[in-house]
Amino acid sequence: MDVGKEIGNAVNMRVNIAGVEWKNPVTTASGTFGAGMEFSEFVDLNRLGAVTTKGVASTAWQGNPTPRIAETYGGMMNAVGLQNPGIDLFCKRDIPFLRQYDTKIIVNVCGRSERDYCEVVERLSHEDVDMLEMNISCPNVKEGGIAFGQNPKAAEDITKAVKRYARQPVIMKLSPNVTSIPEMAKAVEAGGADAVSLINTLTGMKIDIHRRQFVIANKTGGVSGPAVHPVAVRMVYEAAHAVKVPVIGMGGISNAQDAVEMILAGADAVSVGTANFYNPAVTMEIVDGIESYMKKYGFLSVSDMVGIVE
Amino acid sequence: MAYRKKETVKILSQECLADGIFSMWIETKAAAFSKPGQFISMYTNDAGKLLPRPISICEIDSKNKKIRVVYRVTGQNTGTEQFSRMKAGDGLRIIGPLGNGFPLERAEGKRAFLIGGGIGVPPILELSKQVRCADRQIVVGYRDSHTFLREEFEKNGSLYISTEDGSVGTKGNVMDAIRGNALTADIIYACGPTPMLRAIKHFAEENCIECYLSLEERMACGIGACLGCVCQSKEKDSHSNVNNKRICKDGPVFLSTEVEI
Repeated sequence: MDVGKEIGNAVNMRVNIAGVEWKNPVTTASGTFGAGMEFSEFVDLNRLGAVTTKGVASTAWQGNPTPRIAETYGGMMNAVGLQNPGIDLFCKRDIPFLRQYDTKIIVNVCGRSERDYCEVVERLSHEDVDMLEMNISCPNVKEGGIAFGQNPKAAEDITKAVKRYARQPVIMKLSPNVTSIPEMAKAVEAGGADAVSLINTLTGMKIDIHRRQFVIANKTGGVSGPAVHPVAVRMVYEAAHAVKVPVIGMGGISNAQDAVEMILAGADAVSVGTANFYNPAVTMEIVDGIESYMKKYGFLSVSDMVGIVE
Repeated sequence: MAYRKKETVKILSQECLADGIFSMWIETKAAAFSKPGQFISMYTNDAGKLLPRPISICEIDSKNKKIRVVYRVTGQNTGTEQFSRMKAGDGLRIIGPLGNGFPLERAEGKRAFLIGGGIGVPPILELSKQVRCADRQIVVGYRDSHTFLREEFEKNGSLYISTEDGSVGTKGNVMDAIRGNALTADIIYACGPTPMLRAIKHFAEENCIECYLSLEERMACGIGACLGCVCQSKEKDSHSNVNNKRICKDGPVFLSTEVEI
């Protein structure tokens, strides 16, 4: 008799994030997975709890000049600058593409002004998507984005503003480039956020010593990958202790152990980002690995593991 | 549905061709569907170096399921230096083939320039083997007398060499070799450093020659998702509807008039 299998039948991978039920706690970090199309050659998108799409604005954005990418020790740095096709093409092409799959759709929204965010959110309120994530934490664009993500008052205000237009639950994506994560998490919760996600990338810089130039055209870029994982775990822990709304944890998750660690720290679900770039099938491996961990230690549901390390 | 995946392939041989230039044959099923001008993403075994290195395909032996890459070691403690220390029998993790190759069919019945410069020379080898055209004029540029792959090129067409130090062929660059030998063509395929490609693009457009350029940029994913490796394009791109084509996915080979470099 296969004991493992019997326990396996009882393992409940489903999670409920702000009223939306995901089949498992794994989604993709915005900007690392496009809208799933390129990865669909490598990943069965039906296996993901949700797909979080790359940030979309009211109109197409050109993004930053190249080079936009640099490798760093145990990670990378990017300054893509939110290049995106704008909401019209996104709704026409990307939503129908993702709807072919049995997974939840989380649309990441970016903007340069409160009006930009609200315009996109209002437009999405008529679309068949499950959740919205507000990117108020991109370090690579000069206007908007991070301007809302480093000041608690501004973060609360933008949350309130988008909530007026949103028909889907709103996730506020927090920046690690702040003094106090609890303060920011509480601010967006006060503004009506239905969930928070963190961390976005850490602002970094890299210099080519042979050419004596910045490696990235934008001078600074967002650092991500396994090297930032401990920072992310600490911040997820702090956020989970500061707010009652669900927390989606991300930052350097590259395998199931990292994902479980994030859940134990307080994340109700996890996003996988940079690891997609060097292991396109990593999200499926993480889903399987979380399930194996649960069987091994006798957890019957994901929620039984959330934040149990106090 | 069968999904594509990262695979571990066997290294069949590793050879140093010139100072810092290495040649590696690998055994992979990818050989059966690879084309000249495509690339493979090669991964190091160093957990500190996560991103794949995009390396162009130099030769394809589809019958024996073999692919050859010829690459330059870019410095101390680099991923390419690690590749150069791998031995026959070692495993290498790759994804590929990626990107679109050179449009070979455009050359039929035409006089062609197949141009490579520096570490842009290797992909020209498989191109020179596969392209069917009226006149195969191979123009390759090197720094010095380390004219790697020269013997192979000699078998595949009329070969013109330029070297920066003048030790072999025309002194100067590939454009100097073309002018010095008064060569003409109806179609151009080229791979090499951006200043070289810029000069070729200019030459091609001035003389109304159809020209395909293989571009390079720092990449993260290599499959078109991260938008790290874009180049400026004349027309709106299909992905973001701006003017940024993805070198990994929409390229790396572009019609010269399509891109601003």
